[in-house]
Amino acid sequence: MIRFDEVTKVYRGTARPALNSVSLEILSGEFVFLVGASGSGKSTFLRLVLKEEKPSDGTIHVLGHDLGSISSRKVPYFRRNLGVVFQDFRLLPNKTVFDNVAFTLQVIGKSKGFIHEAVPDALQTVGLDGKGQRFPHELSGGEQQRVAIARAVVNKPAIMLADEPTGNLDPETSAGIMALLERINANGTTVIMATHDAGIVDRLQRRVIEVIGGRIVRDERGGGYKTQAHPVVAQGFGIGTAS
Amino acid sequence: MRLGLVMTEVGQGLRRNLSMVIAVVLVTFISLTFVGGAILLQMQITQMKSYWFDRAQVAVYLCTEFSTVGGCDQQAATPDQIATVQAQLESPTLAPFIDTFFFETQEEAYANFQEQFAGQAVADLITPDLMTPAFWVNLIDPTQSAVLQDSLRGLAGVESVVDQRSLLDQIFDILNAASFTAVGIAALMLVAAALLIATTIRLSAFSRRREIGIMRLVGASNRFIQTPFIIEGVAAALIGSVLAGLAVVGIVQFFVQGYLAETLPLTSFVGLSDALLVVPILLGAGALLAALSANVAITRYLRV
Repeated sequence: MIRFDEVTKVYRGTARPALNSVSLEILSGEFVFLVGASGSGKSTFLRLVLKEEKPSDGTIHVLGHDLGSISSRKVPYFRRNLGVVFQDFRLLPNKTVFDNVAFTLQVIGKSKGFIHEAVPDALQTVGLDGKGQRFPHELSGGEQQRVAIARAVVNKPAIMLADEPTGNLDPETSAGIMALLERINANGTTVIMATHDAGIVDRLQRRVIEVIGGRIVRDERGGGYKTQAHPVVAQGFGIGTAS
Repeated sequence: MRLGLVMTEVGQGLRRNLSMVIAVVLVTFISLTFVGGAILLQMQITQMKSYWFDRAQVAVYLCTEFSTVGGCDQQAATPDQIATVQAQLESPTLAPFIDTFFFETQEEAYANFQEQFAGQAVADLITPDLMTPAFWVNLIDPTQSAVLQDSLRGLAGVESVVDQRSLLDQIFDILNAASFTAVGIAALMLVAAALLIATTIRLSAFSRRREIGIMRLVGASNRFIQTPFIIEGVAAALIGSVLAGLAVVGIVQFFVQGYLAETLPLTSFVGLSDALLVVPILLGAGALLAALSANVAITRYLRV
């Protein structure tokens, strides 16, 4: 589903790579936590998957596409298979909840009929039915993040990328968001979530990939936020299952 | 659905940047008016050239008692000398080039002069003996006046041989200079218009960067994201172009036809049909300019 082969990313004007020869594979239906300090390369990883950035070296395959060979004209169509959620929600303040979610479908040219079917569906999935006509500023942070998640899943993406989706929320609200993400994952969507929230990672016991200074230092299934096993420093760990 | 969405975005963009849009409208208006003016001036020059060059004659001025130039020595041309010139014009060497010619005596020249400058002070100062008798020659091919000049200039009793085209050329030089000036100003203004459109579109894109960011994230095609901005630029420029078209038509209708044509009834001027020919050129140029500069401006926002 997602495969990185010896991927290095050096941003222009910096000497130290943001990602340093990273190799890993994420399978369909997995729920993956990406942990590590700020600046360790988590967001770079997500941006590379989205093809918002090009790797300086190495190849990336997502959903069977070699990202290096997708023409920039085709990139938008590729992105329709991905749903993205951010820490700061990124909702349009002058549009209602319904319109925020519908906007995604409008701009990729879906019909009115489809939109009026899919949007209430997505809002129901995230537990916001009946709040379609509210504006984002009338909602709590947790509810705004649910709108953002509804927007990400309304087009039924194969992969969902979440960049610290609980970063702005209190623990209780975060738990609700995580339950929602688990449900989305249970329906077959691969979820990759970058986070600092140790409690969540420890509780869910999912696959954990820890990044430090642009290198993967740990790739553990059923792991916690802090390593319980011996720390693995060897690079390229976790590609044993790659095929 | 999609078209409606695009047009809504265009409307929002135009309203949000109203002051910039007005600037774009005015700059395209002025610059395209200059473009239209230059085109009309060129049309006018072509028209006048074809009119006047066919009518341009070569004048063979003969000596008077006052002339000292050419083959003259303050002696009026004698009837013999006049006959020699006429014989030259009828000779087999020159005849093939000449369509018609006629001789204008001092008295006839005086009568023409009085008629032309009737009512002006200069008409009272001139007496018939100051006028120059001349042969007026219509050439078959007006460009071949050199032949006449070469064979007649040295003859006794001939003061000078003047091709009227050389006088007309000066007028056309002036008109040409005016039209090049208009083109130059238009070019500068068009550069300004293009930059202004690009800036306006960039501003518009900046004020909608949230929307653009989300559109890119959810996979809106580049064309879908670009279209509202390009339409926005084209719409503003088209308003300017329409104004320029109206101005050009107005100038031709009220100034050229209404004033110039009545003041100078003998000259033919560009008409409304010429102006209407220029209008679509202006609209096309305005739309193309806006589309290109808006496209360049917005593409920077869409680089993946």
